[in-house]
Amino acid sequence: MANMHQDTLHNDLSHDVIHHDADHHEEGHGHHKESFITKYIFSQDHKMISKQFLITGIVWSLIGVFFSVLFRFQLGWPDESFPLLEMFLGGWAKGGKLDPQFYYALVTMHGTIMVFFVLTAGLSGTFSNLLIPLQIGARDMAAPFLNMLSYWFFFTASVLLFISLFLQTGPAAGGWTVYPPLSALPQANIGSGTGMTLWLLSMAVFVVSSLLGSLNYIATILNMRTKGMTMMRMPLTMWAFFFTAILGVLSFPVLLSGALLLIFDRSLGTNFYLSDIYIAGQQFTNSAGELVQGGSPILFQHLFWFLGHPEVYIIILPAMGMVSEILAANCRKPIFGYSAMVLSILAITVLAFLVWAHHMFMSGMNPFVGSIFVLFTLLIAVPSAIKVFNWIGTMWRANINYTPATLFAVGFVSMFISGGLTGIFLGNSTLDIPLHDTYFVTAHFHIVMAMAGGFGMLAGIYHWFPKMWKGRQMNDTMGAIHFWVTFVGSYCIFWPMHYLGMTGVPRRYYTDEYFNTFNMYENLNVFISVSAIIVFAAQLLFVINFFYSAFKGKKMTTENPFNYNTLEWTTPIEPGHGNWEGAIPAVHRGPYEYYKDGHDFIPQTTPDSALK
Amino acid sequence: MFLLWIAIGSIIMMFAGLTSAYIVRRMQGNWEAYQLPTIFWISSGVLILSSICLFVASANYKRNNYSTYRNFLGITLLLGIVFCVLQYKGWQALMNVGILLSDQTPSGAFLYVISGLHATHVLGGIVFLLIFWIKSFKLPYPQEYPNLGIDILSTYWHFIGILWLYLFGFFMYYQ
Ligand code: HEM
Ligand SMILES: [Cu+2]
Repeated sequence: MANMHQDTLHNDLSHDVIHHDADHHEEGHGHHKESFITKYIFSQDHKMISKQFLITGIVWSLIGVFFSVLFRFQLGWPDESFPLLEMFLGGWAKGGKLDPQFYYALVTMHGTIMVFFVLTAGLSGTFSNLLIPLQIGARDMAAPFLNMLSYWFFFTASVLLFISLFLQTGPAAGGWTVYPPLSALPQANIGSGTGMTLWLLSMAVFVVSSLLGSLNYIATILNMRTKGMTMMRMPLTMWAFFFTAILGVLSFPVLLSGALLLIFDRSLGTNFYLSDIYIAGQQFTNSAGELVQGGSPILFQHLFWFLGHPEVYIIILPAMGMVSEILAANCRKPIFGYSAMVLSILAITVLAFLVWAHHMFMSGMNPFVGSIFVLFTLLIAVPSAIKVFNWIGTMWRANINYTPATLFAVGFVSMFISGGLTGIFLGNSTLDIPLHDTYFVTAHFHIVMAMAGGFGMLAGIYHWFPKMWKGRQMNDTMGAIHFWVTFVGSYCIFWPMHYLGMTGVPRRYYTDEYFNTFNMYENLNVFISVSAIIVFAAQLLFVINFFYSAFKGKKMTTENPFNYNTLEWTTPIEPGHGNWEGAIPAVHRGPYEYYKDGHDFIPQTTPDSALK
Repeated sequence: MFLLWIAIGSIIMMFAGLTSAYIVRRMQGNWEAYQLPTIFWISSGVLILSSICLFVASANYKRNNYSTYRNFLGITLLLGIVFCVLQYKGWQALMNVGILLSDQTPSGAFLYVISGLHATHVLGGIVFLLIFWIKSFKLPYPQEYPNLGIDILSTYWHFIGILWLYLFGFFMYYQ
């Protein structure tokens, strides 16, 4: 039946193509007429949906990163006041100083936005949509309509969260992990009121969006590959997106059930997560006047991290896939160890489900159980190391073509190594006892996930930009400046945080001034904040480059000016709906045959007979 | 169709998350055991019956016996609605013996949330059944893939049935 379904689509789309051939129209004015609305807004073309995800993601990333700059002002200069802040934020920054409540709200929103809206939807949504059909040789996704819904659910989730930013009581403020009881009791904190309700609604809608997207990615990769595109001939991007989607389908529903129970606790008086609560010294009673007992806040942590850990791999796997592709293509060498790469993605996917409790070593779990999680956690280092080894193997002695995309890909590898190493510290429960909830953790996950994921995303944008914007390329010089400032700046921001963390400075504190043990880092904090501001400025440069190039950038004159192997470079410079004008090309070889048998590159579509 | 299988996978994960939360929580003690009311036995029977009817309906559809198809589809639909009503009665019976949604111990809350979530999935199925039933009056009409719809509907409905049997057994075992 799956096949039948696929046939419907093929039929549908091949109509389109025949039509194209007849009148050489590129924009897909096939048998369904496209108006402005169906083309740019409710588009079912995977390429347009991908752009929608990307633009939304860029807007969110500017908001999210800007929030971090705001709270870095507080951390860097806790005594100073910035009248400008009061002008913009009004009551949230009375006298030019961030309100502590608002500080928590900012930290929470920063985390939520960056993790879910930028590095999940913005990264995976953009590139899975753009590349899956183009790289496997399909006219579109398996279910274009669901694909469109996936974007619009994401958009709805965005709107809900965006509204919560303007509430009088502010957005959710209990951290991106929204642990109860804080998040469960509107009385506990103003950020646990309407802001938290909107957070939960937004997340529920987001999960739906992510599930619809993932269903499509899996179905498309399994069913719609072009002739000759066996699984083991797929570019590594495809493998990465495929396993990312599997992770998403299996882990997001569990978050949904965790959130559901939280919603019940908040609004229907259940006590899944609540027990023996005191608020401001008063014992908390439910509406019936009874003491609240019997719930377990740890339960939420289990449900949350069962998603939460796979989620970090949902972020990093697509970045890994794109980096592999970009490195091989620009080092002009075959990727080192293709099947080892595939197997290690598989191993990471499986292990990702078995390590969630390493976020909970300090929650009072049985040390024996903890040691099992230590074991699995450290095992993840093995496939990760294999991948790192293979990337370095690919770059080794290569004649590297330093495009901005390559630079960011190399930056990704550097970040992933630095952050992975600190993961091994944290993965040992004994070491995690003093390090948990300190800046060491903040440093770890920013380097390994936020920076690496962000670099992967930027690499992807620079690399595939021409495929999104009518063959236009981004400016290389600006790209290189963007890279070097971001790369050096990110290390300046996050490297010192390891030292803070090792001396016990806790994360998420509004100020460290009042604690004698860790109030001696004023200068270091200023240094970090200044670096953050500089890095933020560099991102503005990127945004300028992005929009300038989208309209004015240098145009490709041929389909494949960079001599890449994969299928997306066989489509027209401005591919219409349906991607290829004629028949979909068949594939005869793997994607990484660079510098082989005296050929600089051999596109996947080249049959052996053509090589002689 | 393939999409449905993956969707089923993720529904399974959602219930797996909830039922494992249930087990973990139950092991921590302070757990009020409950007795499932007999109504749940009846509702289980009704759901099984509805699955059988849908099976017959689908077989008849494929043999182009459209009126038999319509009748059995109608019965399936009715049984689905009866199931939901019975679940509601079952929850009422539980409430009457003091198993509450909001209580000192969360056993009742788990029961209501999990079975409630299942009932929502059944409601979704009922909407589908209703659409198919209404369309069945227009049969036969030209369709590109005549069996796809009914196959998707059947798979989903049987899945929901099996899911309930699993949950029912689960609740009996881990009271
Ligand atoms: C060698 C591999 C890794 C190991 C052994 C490891 C280990 C850990 C441990 C034990 C923690 C919990 C620390 C604590 O809260 O006390 C942690 C936190 C975290 N890790 Fe990793 N990690 C690894 C790789 C990664 C990767 C690849 C990512 C993302 C792509 C990642 C993202 C995170 C995040 C986001 C957190 C913090 C979440 C929070 O509390 O807000 N880690 N890691
Ligand atoms: Cu983790």
